Amino acid sequence: MLVERLSDDQGLIDLGGIRKSVSLALVPEAVVGDYVIVHVGHAIGLLDPEEAQHTLAIFAELERSADNADAAVARGRLVPAP
Amino acid sequence: MKYIDEFRDGALARQIAARIAAEADPSRAYHFMEFCGGHTHAIARYGIPDLLPPNLRLIHGPGCPVCVLPIGRIDLAIRLALEQGVILCTYGDTMRVPASQQLSLLKAKARGADIRMVYSAADALELARQLPEREVVFFAIGFETTTPPTALVLHDASRTGVRNFSVLCCHVLTPSAITHILESPEVRQFGTVPIDGFIGPAHVSIVIGSAPYEHFAQEYRKPVVIAGFEPLDVLQGIAMLVRQVNEGRAEVENEFTRAVSREGNLTAQALVSRVFELRPSFEWRGLGEVPYSALKIRPAYAEFDAERRFGLGYRSVPDNKACECGAILRGVKQPSDCKIFGTVCTPENPIGSCMVSSEGACAAHYTYGRFRSIPIVAAEAVELSA
Repeated sequence: MLVERLSDDQGLIDLGGIRKSVSLALVPEAVVGDYVIVHVGHAIGLLDPEEAQHTLAIFAELERSADNADAAVARGRLVPAP
Repeated sequence: MKYIDEFRDGALARQIAARIAAEADPSRAYHFMEFCGGHTHAIARYGIPDLLPPNLRLIHGPGCPVCVLPIGRIDLAIRLALEQGVILCTYGDTMRVPASQQLSLLKAKARGADIRMVYSAADALELARQLPEREVVFFAIGFETTTPPTALVLHDASRTGVRNFSVLCCHVLTPSAITHILESPEVRQFGTVPIDGFIGPAHVSIVIGSAPYEHFAQEYRKPVVIAGFEPLDVLQGIAMLVRQVNEGRAEVENEFTRAVSREGNLTAQALVSRVFELRPSFEWRGLGEVPYSALKIRPAYAEFDAERRFGLGYRSVPDNKACECGAILRGVKQPSDCKIFGTVCTPENPIGSCMVSSEGACAAHYTYGRFRSIPIVAAEAVELSA
């Protein structure tokens, strides 16, 4: 996560507690609070939190449908495959 | 770490795997190539093959930047450092790649060459600024992810007039390599494996976007799913590929929507096309000469091009005869098919390039999977006498 803009094209990022300065020249639109993807000392892209939530929601749905299937098995409505 | 840990959940991984197993048609085989070395590493590290049905096989592609670097290119870098006395700056993973005369950059360094490991291209330019009396050359390798940072230092060096800095450019392009795997004449000579779809690279696609894959998804009728580097991303990508194959579709789909758009990073693309142009041909380890598959520095930046500055001529050098890297990089063979895998060739003493980088198919298999194929047997109790 970008915690501070140091200059025009340098920024300080926090990587799970480790702070490091990286180049922001390739993502001039980045602002403090953005999650950036860093490759060889350069932020190459921004992470879209909404899309991340969307992908996680797809996984969560999967979990629910698996739970429902388990519950259905428990109620005896579905027979698990051998 | 946020946006990382959530994508490594083991229970969810098993659920996605169960869905893949439920949807995969047992009467057919599925062969998917993960092009990118980052995926090769993730697949080995998280034991993803163990979660997949037996009729679904992942084939490691040539997307490990170190692995596809031919011996002749490393030789150029070594010659610069040993004969021209330059300071050669390089990413750490090229240091142990075997070159001619049993040399590597590391061994050349032991012979007195001034070779320095850097984290970023910007560090190499900074070194040139600090040591104006020395020639500093940055050994630039990698796919579309490392290319924009190289373009940035070339542009910076030109703008600020740094006269003792140049770049040995070995940047290569993902889409042309994938196309080459699908259609090159050597495929007939080497044989090939049927590929039903591709897991598209994560970080490369952040830069180039998903659009460049559309051409060959249509032309070659192969589905492509761009996936992130975390285990849940890879599994979800595989699930999406299985579904496309089952439904007879060949489209570009994007699982990694949190970072990849259709058009990619336009700032980075503009910078790259300003500094670089296509090379008519470039040799890849394992693939041979591939037309229009790499970049060279444009004439406007000629004074920063190490090949022109030092009059370097490229000489192709064949790989070690025992090494199967060529076939492994094409997905024709697996690391364990190679006679010297894990015996003569290990990460400590790599003979072939696939054993060097942690992204290489052999190194990943050696580190995380080499005991997987060995059946577990109960040991007999042995009495030990004193």
